[in-house]
Amino acid sequence: MEYEIKPHEKLSLGIKELWQYRELFFFFTWRDIKVKYKQTVLGFAWAVLQPIIMMLIFSAVGQAFNIPNEGLPRPLFSYSGLLLWNIFSSGLANAGNSMVTNANIIKKIYFPRLIIPISAVLGSLFDFVMAFVVFIGMLVYYLLRGEVHINLLSFILVLPISLFITSIATFGLGSLLASLNIKYRDFRYVIPFMISALLFLTPVMYPISGSHFQWAKYIFALNPLYSAIELLRSTFSNSTLHIYLVLISLCSSVILFVSGLYYFRKTEAYFADLA
Amino acid sequence: MMKPILEIKNISKKFRIQHDAQPYLSLRDSLSSVFKRDKVTNEEFYAIKDLSFNVEAGQSIGIIGKNGAGKSTLLKILSKITPPSSGSIISRGNIASLLEVGTGFHPELTGRENIFLNGSILGMKRKEIQSKFDEIVDFSGIEKFLDTPLKHYSSGMQLRLAFSVAAFLEPEIMIIDEVLAVGDAEFQKKCLGKMDDVSKSGRTILFVSHDLDVVKSLCSNVILLQDGEMKMRGDADTVIPHYLSSGGAKRSNWESNKVLKTPHFTKLDISVKGSQPLLKLIVYFCVKTTDDMAPSFVAFDILAKTGAPLGQAIPSLQPFIQPSDSQQQYFAEIDLPGLVPGDYYLSPWMGPHFSETYDWQRECVEFTIVDTPQNGRIYPHAPHAGFFVPNSRIIEA
Repeated sequence: MEYEIKPHEKLSLGIKELWQYRELFFFFTWRDIKVKYKQTVLGFAWAVLQPIIMMLIFSAVGQAFNIPNEGLPRPLFSYSGLLLWNIFSSGLANAGNSMVTNANIIKKIYFPRLIIPISAVLGSLFDFVMAFVVFIGMLVYYLLRGEVHINLLSFILVLPISLFITSIATFGLGSLLASLNIKYRDFRYVIPFMISALLFLTPVMYPISGSHFQWAKYIFALNPLYSAIELLRSTFSNSTLHIYLVLISLCSSVILFVSGLYYFRKTEAYFADLA
Repeated sequence: MMKPILEIKNISKKFRIQHDAQPYLSLRDSLSSVFKRDKVTNEEFYAIKDLSFNVEAGQSIGIIGKNGAGKSTLLKILSKITPPSSGSIISRGNIASLLEVGTGFHPELTGRENIFLNGSILGMKRKEIQSKFDEIVDFSGIEKFLDTPLKHYSSGMQLRLAFSVAAFLEPEIMIIDEVLAVGDAEFQKKCLGKMDDVSKSGRTILFVSHDLDVVKSLCSNVILLQDGEMKMRGDADTVIPHYLSSGGAKRSNWESNKVLKTPHFTKLDISVKGSQPLLKLIVYFCVKTTDDMAPSFVAFDILAKTGAPLGQAIPSLQPFIQPSDSQQQYFAEIDLPGLVPGDYYLSPWMGPHFSETYDWQRECVEFTIVDTPQNGRIYPHAPHAGFFVPNSRIIEA
């Protein structure tokens, strides 16, 4: 094995190297998950409790103010939104801060730096899996009561698409923020602010589609979470989603992914000097 | 003839020092620097300057030099943590670097979990860790606490566990930075033995240490770095004595002729008065002050010849250097503890508070202790037993 250490110049994805270090993905993700629920009485139940509590609040508020809900039972409406939203919000927060919180490691040892933000997003996907089990339970409950109808085939087809859009957008934005954060610590404050602001532009609590201006949808669709959530809901509600909106969201998530990855790879060599 | 396992070709590492800035950038700094020019003074600084050397397979090389000579930077470049600014390194083997033991240890995880996490970060495969797990645990001697979270470990136990994981790495090239200074004497011995095995097994080792005795016992070949450049390379028996005797020649006084816009030391002169163990170090120092500086104070770091810090004297916590545009001169007196005979360095520091430095002249002057301490150890001694000699007596028998 012969290789060269040189000044940082060429840009590549380094897939081969990532593959060599593939076990580290597992260990970092595993560490993040373990540490998150260590010394908690309820343990992994928190991954489910958080969205359930939010769902209860959103449903109660929705009921009180009579917010439209696309004809879905309120709990199902908000839980389906929270499911994907939580991947994004926790993934973004973790990935965005990941390089700074792991600074002591990156200053002392080499491994492909991308592993850290990717593992942060994988950790949120783990929470998603836990929460998803509850979601299936809820869905079955409402199906049995006849309150919703599901198009099973499209549900199975759409779920991976929604997850894909959400994950690559989360990773892209997360790795962009992670590399900016290590250089400009201002982004530590930008990240939580950004997450709470985006929640209002995402159809989690209320359907954004109900707005008076039809063209506004196309702007909302720039938020990848918009289509990801609406797409998933459309398989068990009677709302429909125009394919253009999905394409817009898909494009914007790909753009986020590519620009985040590009900026990260471009600056990662100097992380140890800046951290 | 086999090709060398490491070829280091003309590498340099440049840092830009911003005199007016925080250690990290804030967006505000970047934005405002667009509008104001010339405010931030950039100074280029070479931590490594045009360094070239080859390492043959199986060699164990010690890298020595004073603090700030570029040793750690060199190791960081070799371990790919930071890229060189220019030049290149060709490596013909896989490198594992131990710049610290226990990298990535997490206090909330148990000993068992940390072995896997740390091993994996160091580049071991999961299967490899599994197969060596019992040996690692055995070596560390912490079987009983394997399933206890690391935060309940004593610091000594943490270090033992950390070193044990590292000891079972099997790379072709191993880079080690001062990690041996861990644990109690018995464990240190065990570690040294392990290191010796590693070097005898034909692996290549690059080893940085201030502990010259350890360097001598482990490394046949020694590189002396000075100000980022290679000053000397050769047998341990020739380089180490040279390093000890040169050390920049005996300097009890120091003068700076740099023109700087920031407050700085201009002159330093030290002398040792009295006899052991009541030695006094008299420090005469001059500072150039400026109008816009904050009132400042000074600190003197005392270091052993090996570079190991022994202590810090702060003559006054009250800032006593007032802003003005002039030279100011002071005398300070430091009570020294009983010291083992030998040479010691002094590094003067000046700043308005501990987190801000105006000037820090590392190891710019040195002094010699000739007579033996009244009480306790006498020359010759082992540096790893320390340098200062506390007064001690038997009070009951």
